[in-house]
Amino acid sequence: MTNRNRNVPPLAVSGLTVAYRKKPVLRDVTFEIDERQLVGIIGPNGAGKSTLIKAILGLQPALSGEALIYGKPYKVNRKLVGYVPQRESVDWDFPTSALDVVMMGRYGHLGLFRRPGARERELAMDCLDKVGMADFAHRQISQLSGGQQQRVFLARALAQDATLYFMDEPFAGVDAATEKAIVTLLNELKRNGKTVLVVHHDLATVADYFDSVLLLNGEVIACGPTETTFTPERLQQAYGGKLAFVARSEREPAGAAGNGR
Amino acid sequence: MLNLLTDPNLRWILLGSMLLGLSGGVIGTFSYLRKQSLIGDTLAHAALPGICIAFMLTGVKSVGLFLVGALLAGAAATLSVTLITRYSRIKPDAAMGIVLSLFFAVGIVLLTRIQHSSYGNQSGLDKFLFGQAASMTSSDLYTLGGVALLLVIACGLLYKEFKLLCFDPGYGRGLGFPMGLLEQLLLGLTTVAVVVGIQAVGVVLVAALLITPAVSARYWTDRLGVMTVLAGLFGALSGAAGAWISSGVSQLPTGPISVLAATACFVASVLFGPRRGLAAKLLGRRSARRRWLAESAGVAARANIQAAMQATAQAAVLTDGQANVHDNAHPNVHSAAHANERGASV
Amino acid sequence: MSGFWIMLTGALVATCCAVLGCFLVLRRMALVGDAISHAVLPGIAIAFLVSGSRGSFFMLLGAALVGFVAVFLIQLFQSGGVQSDASIGVVFTALFAVGVVLISLNARNIDLDLDCVLFGEIAYVQWNTLEFGALSLGPKAVWLLGLTLLVIAAVVSLFYKQFKLCAFDPALAAALGIPVAVFHYLLMGLVSMATVSSFESVGAVLVVGLLVIPPAAAYLLTDRLGTMIGLAVVIGIVSSVAGYGAAVWLDASIAGCMVCAAGVQFALAFLFSPSHGLVTRRRRLRAAALGGRAG
Repeated sequence: MTNRNRNVPPLAVSGLTVAYRKKPVLRDVTFEIDERQLVGIIGPNGAGKSTLIKAILGLQPALSGEALIYGKPYKVNRKLVGYVPQRESVDWDFPTSALDVVMMGRYGHLGLFRRPGARERELAMDCLDKVGMADFAHRQISQLSGGQQQRVFLARALAQDATLYFMDEPFAGVDAATEKAIVTLLNELKRNGKTVLVVHHDLATVADYFDSVLLLNGEVIACGPTETTFTPERLQQAYGGKLAFVARSEREPAGAAGNGR
Repeated sequence: MLNLLTDPNLRWILLGSMLLGLSGGVIGTFSYLRKQSLIGDTLAHAALPGICIAFMLTGVKSVGLFLVGALLAGAAATLSVTLITRYSRIKPDAAMGIVLSLFFAVGIVLLTRIQHSSYGNQSGLDKFLFGQAASMTSSDLYTLGGVALLLVIACGLLYKEFKLLCFDPGYGRGLGFPMGLLEQLLLGLTTVAVVVGIQAVGVVLVAALLITPAVSARYWTDRLGVMTVLAGLFGALSGAAGAWISSGVSQLPTGPISVLAATACFVASVLFGPRRGLAAKLLGRRSARRRWLAESAGVAARANIQAAMQATAQAAVLTDGQANVHDNAHPNVHSAAHANERGASV
Repeated sequence: MSGFWIMLTGALVATCCAVLGCFLVLRRMALVGDAISHAVLPGIAIAFLVSGSRGSFFMLLGAALVGFVAVFLIQLFQSGGVQSDASIGVVFTALFAVGVVLISLNARNIDLDLDCVLFGEIAYVQWNTLEFGALSLGPKAVWLLGLTLLVIAAVVSLFYKQFKLCAFDPALAAALGIPVAVFHYLLMGLVSMATVSSFESVGAVLVVGLLVIPPAAAYLLTDRLGTMIGLAVVIGIVSSVAGYGAAVWLDASIAGCMVCAAGVQFALAFLFSPSHGLVTRRRRLRAAALGGRAG
């Protein structure tokens, strides 16, 4: 995992186009992400935020273009990538414990036949501890609250021991405590030299949480440092007329609009 | 074909099969739109114990009595599915599997009890399981035809209520319709359709009478009214085809041939249905790709496409608006839901 | 002795089905199991026509192939926008109809009873024995089912973590590089195999019962996948033994009684499971309410 070059960006997407049926969902998406960045992926509903992540991870076939992870296709550098899907994407009634879910993050490293053992268990416990969920390790996952479930998912991504993370709406429907825990975790990841891309909806907190933003609406509106990119004009461009009042007062109304999905 | 029209027996069979197909298609449309396609399968299997008990209690073999038994058993089965999904974490599909096989097992136990004891004229009972369209008599036909006609009329009269039930029962309740009662009624009608359908094609295949014509019809239209009529038509046609082909070849059973005819109809719809059909989709995808390539070729082209995209977006908004008032509301919403599902499952 | 062979056959069927059924229930594919168990009929009929015998190997092969075809078609229509249960219904009825037509067209050549296809004839299992020279090695069905169970156990234990992750979170599985489609079809192939091996003894409909009911009951009793599989196997074996007892007592269909016994156990789990039972939860709620009032 140390074979990466300082000059190679963790993620470079070029000319990515994805179409579900007739209409392209993403058109000619091109951007690069620098190392040690917390990147917010921002855009209105249907802007293709989740699709972008899925296309980068090869879960959604692309019409054209490519995404390079540390200069190589995803298939080659798979182990460098951690993925936190949306919480609703799985069946929380599944008969399994929180610890077990976190251990699933190690499956990619285990190869075809090896079973998770004591080492994986220990590592998973560490990861649960980092998100403050060690006490719930043996709880059945349906007995966890929404915020706790989200933390378990984050712990699972940590267990993947990646250097580039994709998180699909980790802040959706979680309480303030969990939100704070997630932010702390994101910053710790950054300190450890990781790069994290987060699909985010709450415009009010973007400036506080992220170093860079990727404004998306079917195509890249803007990509760069938060101070210079997350501007009312650009937001207007991404959200169209829907956020007309952002220009007047940036904080509260924008947050309200962002939540009103 | 000629002897079909001249031979009175064959004429009965033809008419009966068509009527059964017609009623199955009409009722099936509603179960398909309620996302309960396999309810027919569950009801068919659940009918067996009801029929057996009806026979054990009375010792008489008659379609009317069987219908009562099957109706009661069907009600018990749907109630069990509801109870299991409501009061445990078991998902609907597993609940249906449990109820279907359990009721059928009870039915088989009863059936073997009947066969092993001295109930006498039990021989027709297992015919009931595999269908006996070819041995339909005119009196059977009157019963079946009457029931089928009744089903179609009931669906016609309650068309708008059932539409509401399929699309947005909560809203219907708000409007003051007795949605619970309507739901029970639709289930009851479905059970009736299933029980008479069993006569023609047997327990296993009766599900096809309900599902296949409805799914095929969905490919041709976005309007519920048209879909219902088309489904009935497809059902009647496949019934007729089954009767016709099996009258020509002596060894061919009518029921399975009808089902295969319906399946052929379905395959044709999947391939050639406008907009949703495979051919239409392939063409659409190819043109999307070509458009995309053309677009990336020149910057000048881009502006055009953007304008076109905006136009389609506006069009989408327009159709959304229409959907709320217009007749084709329901199918539209459906296709959107499908798109979402597919997006999630990939 | 006949009772022993019947119970052993039943227990083997139940074990095969229980292990696979757990994954089907968790993936919300219980009805795909139903579909496969019906759809294998043409495979069996064709294998019968080609080989001219009830040779189990050909039957297994033919049925497994058609099982694959069924799963593939269901998937195809689903991705084409047909609701999942509707596509299941269309596919399995079509294939079953093909099977019935094939059998009726060749009624003279095929010694397959349609009743037997639906209900199975577990009572006859003991007469059809595997002979090795003069030595009788026990019923063929037992050998076939034993082999099937061995394959299932080997595959599931080798790839346990993949099956588990594909069932819980297929998106992550795909992102981790696990070939989700391969494991999907592998599971479906095993289900076809189990169905066909069980066909002669318990019939198409009751296979579904043993595929779905014991795992569903186990699902209500535990919160761990491993335990769930174990419990489902135990429930399946108890069903086969108790079902045989009941069948002898009632003089009724053995396979039917086995599924009924499974149903009784499911009902017990549904009502009285310590963690998820209806009655237990109600009682706990009431106790909590009373406790709250007292405190």
